[in-house]
Amino acid sequence: MLTFSKKNKVTAYIGMAVFAVVLAVLPFIMGATLGNTWVRNLDLAMLYIMLALGLNIVVGYAGLLDLGYIAFYAVGAYVYALLNSPHLVPLLAGTGFEWILHMPLLVVLPLAALMAGLFGVLLGSPTLKLRGDYLAIVTLGFGEIVRLFMNNLDRPINITNGPQGVNLIEPVSLFGHKFSQAITVFGVEFRSVHLYYYLFLALALMIIVVSIRLQSSRIGRAWVAIREDEIAAQAMGINTRNVKLLAFAMGASFGGVSGAMFASFQGFVSPESFILMESIVVLAMVVLGGMGHIPGVILGAILLFLTPEVLRDVVNPLQDKLLGERVVNPENLRMLLFGLALIFVMLVRPEGLWPSKRRKAELHEKDEKAAAEAAEKESAHG
Amino acid sequence: MANQANTELLLEISGIHKRFGGLCALNDVALSINKGEIYGLIGPNGAGKTTLFNVLTGLYQPDEGKFTFKGIDLFRQKPNVVVDSGIARTFQNIRLFHNMTALENVMVGRHVRTKAGVIGAVFRNPGTRVEEAAIKARSLELLDYVGIRKHAEEHAKNLSYGDQRRLEIARALATDPQLLALDEPAAGMNGKETDDLKRLMEKIRADGVTILLIEHDVKLMMGLCDRIAVLDYGKKIAEGVPEVVKNDPRVIEAYLGATPD
Ligand SMILES: Nc1ncnc2c1ncn2[C@@H]1O[C@H](COP(=O)(O)OP(=O)(O)OP(=O)(O)O)[C@@H](O)[C@H]1O
Ligand SMILES: [Mg+2]
Repeated sequence: MLTFSKKNKVTAYIGMAVFAVVLAVLPFIMGATLGNTWVRNLDLAMLYIMLALGLNIVVGYAGLLDLGYIAFYAVGAYVYALLNSPHLVPLLAGTGFEWILHMPLLVVLPLAALMAGLFGVLLGSPTLKLRGDYLAIVTLGFGEIVRLFMNNLDRPINITNGPQGVNLIEPVSLFGHKFSQAITVFGVEFRSVHLYYYLFLALALMIIVVSIRLQSSRIGRAWVAIREDEIAAQAMGINTRNVKLLAFAMGASFGGVSGAMFASFQGFVSPESFILMESIVVLAMVVLGGMGHIPGVILGAILLFLTPEVLRDVVNPLQDKLLGERVVNPENLRMLLFGLALIFVMLVRPEGLWPSKRRKAELHEKDEKAAAEAAEKESAHG
Repeated sequence: MANQANTELLLEISGIHKRFGGLCALNDVALSINKGEIYGLIGPNGAGKTTLFNVLTGLYQPDEGKFTFKGIDLFRQKPNVVVDSGIARTFQNIRLFHNMTALENVMVGRHVRTKAGVIGAVFRNPGTRVEEAAIKARSLELLDYVGIRKHAEEHAKNLSYGDQRRLEIARALATDPQLLALDEPAAGMNGKETDDLKRLMEKIRADGVTILLIEHDVKLMMGLCDRIAVLDYGKKIAEGVPEVVKNDPRVIEAYLGATPD
């Protein structure tokens, strides 16, 4: 990708080292200054980064609008939840399949990714011929269907436990250590939230690397080609059906990983966590940050996840102080500001906060065209 | 010229029909193209030339007919199968990937001849790296071949009109075609550009690629094509060497309209 001259290379390495150190100590700084809820928020932000990067494959790279993306997060979460909780024990008792419960993380995580990927293909196949608005509506419906299944698959056989959700999910256990317990290394106490932070950071980095590598690959080029001009892509011999399905599957699998981690982190999942609003939020992260541009998408995820958390922390104390009573519910204010911010950004920077060059060029192209058309009209009238 | 004794059949279609609602855009069209020739396709506007291209490249499914290429049955096959078999095309109204660089455009053309999948992309194993390097090298070579290597890193949409046409040819050549179908490649070009293009097409043919060419520029067609077929209202009304076709009364009538006397 980037090529550095020798001097720049040294600076780049130093920069990277500093960045790594910052990432490593970040939870402790956060914990010390803002309290442990903020370390928790940091963990959740990582999950959203993974989600946003997954959706970025579908929307940003391949240009397929997906409004039901949270369904894959849900699939990952339920795969983990069901395989790592006592919920299925009665159902499996005496069937000889008890062994599927409590498998190690290195098995469950790929399984969650695979399952979500399969659901990605399931969503992708009937929508291959659809574009734009139509695709958005179908994917939106798909997201709702998955949620409704999770809500209702407690009868006749209790698989998902319905609206009550699945409880008592085991925390992650790696190298024989349960993440629910703190661990002390060299006199530093790593609590559960810290351990999860490093795990999520590692997974997020992995997903970033995969995203980067996919982008500059034969497959990544095919995705962009389809986004740019599907007919021309076909005429170049790209099997658009398979390549699109691959985008759905890859994006979904990232969501599945994130969902599985969400389940272990929370210890509890229910269909309520996977509502349409969540799909929209993740999409907003991608669009606001800069579709198809990894740093932009990460920025979008962090901003849109953390801003509401900041508001939650600020609005109530502020109201208490200034008004002596709570007039505005921070939750409502959050949505209001969220909407305003999105409108503002889309008006001022439709390409997103940190767009890729290509995306910028695309939007610029439209401007140029519009300007050219306007000029043409002008001259036609004059 | 190509219609000599030992000609080898490359593409053969017969009885091709394509209807759009009540309109019969292709009506019982048959033609055969020999290996190594430059085969011209002419006809008035709306005659069905582009429609025939779309049928030959799998973008439109014909209603009836036969379509074989190198003896392989390609009737109603998907575009990617057609390209894989060795037919590549350019578009009348340029369809480049505008926001990709010229180089990337050609690299997309290599897709069908390469294999790396997700696993290769993620792990970048030696095989994938070698393949990727080869894709790039071949694509640069092709940019050089059509004479726009210096624009490799520019976005396709920023190229001049003539260079965009050349880029489309390079992208099509990247699929290693045996038959290259060019839909009005000289449209909108000035005299010098057209001459350059003519030389390019001759070079491509000399390098063993058969060419199917739609053009309105009669002078260019007469000087370049081995054989020419004429379409009018979806029907093939004439076929043969340029001299004969040019003087065919049906062709003159199709172009000039029925003369009163
Ligand atoms: N997708 C389509 N749907 C309906 N009608 C079509 C479609 N494509 C082509 N046609 C019609 O088929 C006829 C042949 O069109 P075609 O584009 O093949 O002509 P052409 O010979 O390429 O003309 P030109 O020289 O103007 O490019 C026209 O009447 C056109 O309107
Ligand atoms: Mg045409």
